[in-house]
Amino acid sequence: MDRKSLAMFLIGGVIVALGLAFFVSPLASGSPDGLEKVSIDQGFGSTAEGHDLADGPLADYGVRGVDDDGVSTGLAGIIGVVVTLGIGLVLFGAIRTVRARSDGAHRTPA
Amino acid sequence: MHIPDGFISAPVSIAAGAASITGLAVSVRKAADELDDRRAPLAGLVAAFVFAMQMLNFPVAAGTSGHLLGGVLAAVLVGPWTGAICVALVLVVQALLFADGGLSALGLNVVNMAFVGGLGGYAIFVGLRRLLPSTRASVIAASGIAAGISVVMASIAFVIEYQLGGTGDVSLRSVLIAMAGVHTLIGIGEGVITALTVGAVMTVRPDLVYGARDLRPVPAGLGASIVGEG
Repeated sequence: MDRKSLAMFLIGGVIVALGLAFFVSPLASGSPDGLEKVSIDQGFGSTAEGHDLADGPLADYGVRGVDDDGVSTGLAGIIGVVVTLGIGLVLFGAIRTVRARSDGAHRTPA
Repeated sequence: MHIPDGFISAPVSIAAGAASITGLAVSVRKAADELDDRRAPLAGLVAAFVFAMQMLNFPVAAGTSGHLLGGVLAAVLVGPWTGAICVALVLVVQALLFADGGLSALGLNVVNMAFVGGLGGYAIFVGLRRLLPSTRASVIAASGIAAGISVVMASIAFVIEYQLGGTGDVSLRSVLIAMAGVHTLIGIGEGVITALTVGAVMTVRPDLVYGARDLRPVPAGLGASIVGEG
């Protein structure tokens, strides 16, 4: 298969994801999402409890210590994309490797 | 769509947690058949892309926003079981790193978005593909329509969970109507974004799209002319 072209596609995809996370996420609507809005309108929004990790350094998609809201959101987005990509590559690579091994172990003569 | 802690009782949340762990264990086994040398790294990219897109809330009505859930998008690009794992991974990162979606509600959110929305939506996609001619345009249209429906399905899953373990004292019927209504609007956005993204990948690398793997490769000369026109 065309490995070079696949690598280019993947790199291009990562650049698009990073660009969306950094440049576009600060422009996203800050209105409550569908579920949150319904919970408020229907009168059960107040049953929501605070998040256990609400004091975390990246809570609510902001980097603590970065004063500029747009930059803070954008950096949080970059971190999220990189972390998700990293875990994903390791996880799916591992699933793939385990399958390749078990295929080899169970291979029957053609 | 991310359920916070407190909306749903502990027993129902725990049951959903158990269901999501079981579902993910099954998904890992099934994903092994979907993942090849090309699709394994692509799945990592799809998870990262879904994370980025979930940050991009778009307005849908007065004072209300929605964002891509990405279940059908991931399923069509890398396979339904791998796609469900992609969405679950995004939800875990969001809950642990960004305090988005309650920790006790993580199982509920995985059930709703990865399984009901992702796997359920992919079943709709497969059904639509059977009804439509076997063309690239059908793959794109089916992915968009299935993605839109999947959002409403996920929102109804929440209503069922709320019936089983809702902590508030509200009319279930009006919650159902409100949830289905606003998520129909969000589903339109989901459908458009999904169709555009699947269309873009189909233009550049149609061979990578799991949901289009049955289509015969376009002859080289014709493929070039289609890309040229696009």
